[in-house]
Amino acid sequence: MAKITLKELSHSYLSKQSKDTDWALRGVNIDWKDGGAYALLGPSGCGKTTLLNIISGLLKPTRGEILFDDKEVTALNPVERDIAQIFQFPVIYDTMTVYENLAFPLKNRGLSKTEIDSKVKEIGEMLELTSTLNNKAAGLTADGKQKISLGRGLVRSDVNVIMFDEPLTVIDPHLKWVLRSKLKELHQKINRTMIYVTHDQIEALTFADEVVVMHEGQIVQTGTPVELFEKPKHTFVGHFIGSPGMNILPCEIANGQINFEGKIIPSNNSFKKTNFSKTQLGIRPEFIKFSNDGIKVKIKRVSDTGRHKVIDTECSSGSIKILANTSTEIPSDSAHITFEQKYTYIYGDDWIVE
Amino acid sequence: MNKTYNQKAWFFVVPVFVLVAFNAVVPLMTVVNYSFQETFGSNVFAWEGTRWFKQILHSERFHASLGRQFIFTFIILLIQLPLGIAIALTMPKKGWGVPVCLILMSMPLLIPWNVVGAMWNIFALPDIGFLGNSLNSLGFDYNFTQQSGDAWFTTILMDVWHWTSLVVLLSYAGLNSIQPAYYQAAEIDGASRWDIFRYIELPKMKKVLTLAILLRFMDSFMIYTEPFVLTGGGPGNATNFLSLDLVKMALGQFDLGPAAAMSLIYFLIVLLICWVFYSLMMKNEGRT
Repeated sequence: MAKITLKELSHSYLSKQSKDTDWALRGVNIDWKDGGAYALLGPSGCGKTTLLNIISGLLKPTRGEILFDDKEVTALNPVERDIAQIFQFPVIYDTMTVYENLAFPLKNRGLSKTEIDSKVKEIGEMLELTSTLNNKAAGLTADGKQKISLGRGLVRSDVNVIMFDEPLTVIDPHLKWVLRSKLKELHQKINRTMIYVTHDQIEALTFADEVVVMHEGQIVQTGTPVELFEKPKHTFVGHFIGSPGMNILPCEIANGQINFEGKIIPSNNSFKKTNFSKTQLGIRPEFIKFSNDGIKVKIKRVSDTGRHKVIDTECSSGSIKILANTSTEIPSDSAHITFEQKYTYIYGDDWIVE
Repeated sequence: MNKTYNQKAWFFVVPVFVLVAFNAVVPLMTVVNYSFQETFGSNVFAWEGTRWFKQILHSERFHASLGRQFIFTFIILLIQLPLGIAIALTMPKKGWGVPVCLILMSMPLLIPWNVVGAMWNIFALPDIGFLGNSLNSLGFDYNFTQQSGDAWFTTILMDVWHWTSLVVLLSYAGLNSIQPAYYQAAEIDGASRWDIFRYIELPKMKKVLTLAILLRFMDSFMIYTEPFVLTGGGPGNATNFLSLDLVKMALGQFDLGPAAAMSLIYFLIVLLICWVFYSLMMKNEGRT
């Protein structure tokens, strides 16, 4: 168990770097508490797997350092770092039985037979593998195999951190729920630091106490699921989290006020600096209401998802999505809308203005 | 239920039947025909029953060449498999080294068999050949045309040179299909290099290695051209392998009946060993 600190971590797969896009990771700083459940969330290619492999020691960072409990581990290999990692698809040793698979990491670390036996049986029970312990691992289903991968990580009592790299990708949808709640349950039971990498926001938000959102090799926001939803610090977070994502609309700033579609819009955040090359207004579809006056929009399409209605509208600055209760009367053709001030934010060059 | 029956479709398969008949069934049946009869030419045949089969199965000569054949195949499998796997393991996985290695490895496979035999014959000549001359000037008494041990050594070396590449290429393909996550997981689990080979690489190569063993077994068990050109089966009968012996019997002595019986026995041995081996290797595959 350990606290994890990442300092100014940068990594590039190229030997020479000239521009920003040559870097897979750019100046990542993280402080993770001991025993926390964290998620790294971002689209494919944002650098989350790179970051994970650097924490586990499979990859050496180009720059920066990694500390476990304030002790530098940057130069150590995975075994010395004492970590566990579970991969996207199940990694099992085909010729071994389930028992031998679980015992393998312990055997390599020179534990005695009786210690191994009690540990393997305990983990087997926890993961509901007891009945298959003596079967060949190759004969199991995908979720059974992934449980073995997980078990090989859990079986060692000394691991500093357990990392998951999109571990549910190959699991059937109905089993995803089962395994996910199993993970959550295990976290509460063994109380170890866990890092979960995914591009699926639901997986991240249900698993983690704190979600780290990554975009183009940088951390754009760290926060609880509620914070990410209610106050996105970057337009990417607003867009990526939520379904549909946040409306990001171009706006102008004059005399310290937001001017959108010729109207003054009150916002949550105030600002002093105004010299941005791009200013945008962000409002989640959930916080837009129909009203008698306000911004005039044309209704383009209404889709009923069963739980709520998604309304596609258009004004001269672009399209705006609105989320409404299924019982809400939708005006036909054109309507006026207002934004809830508490959830309206101004973004300068994609970052929230504060 | 009114199911329409249309047997005309069978006509489309006729060309295949004709082709297979002419390239497999008819020649094989001719051999079967010869193996039960005695002929003195001009299409005159006399029924002999199983006489030729009994004769072959009790013949010292057949036992000797079969024994030589098994020893030869066993030795080359014992050398080529570990060597091929070892070379594949040391080959680079990316960069300019990959095409270079692949081309180097493919080259021996592309050389016609009789050319390989001729090359090695000249290469190993004790007086002017590079190998033979070098060995002799190093103080070894080497002469593959006179000493049976040297003849075996040269034949085996030639076959290793010619065919190890096949095992290398198959193993390399097998190794390359292993996902990097397996190596990463093994690293995290604290596995040694030997563990990685034993528990990840070898099991993942099982199918290609099965194929490699089958191919190398069949090819080496039926080897003809290379030893024919290199040693001609000599000195004496030292490297007289099954197929060399068979050709000598059929075309040298014109003993068509016993030769036909021997071909059939030969064919059945190859078939039987391949079948047993393949069934054993694939026994547990169906369950995954």
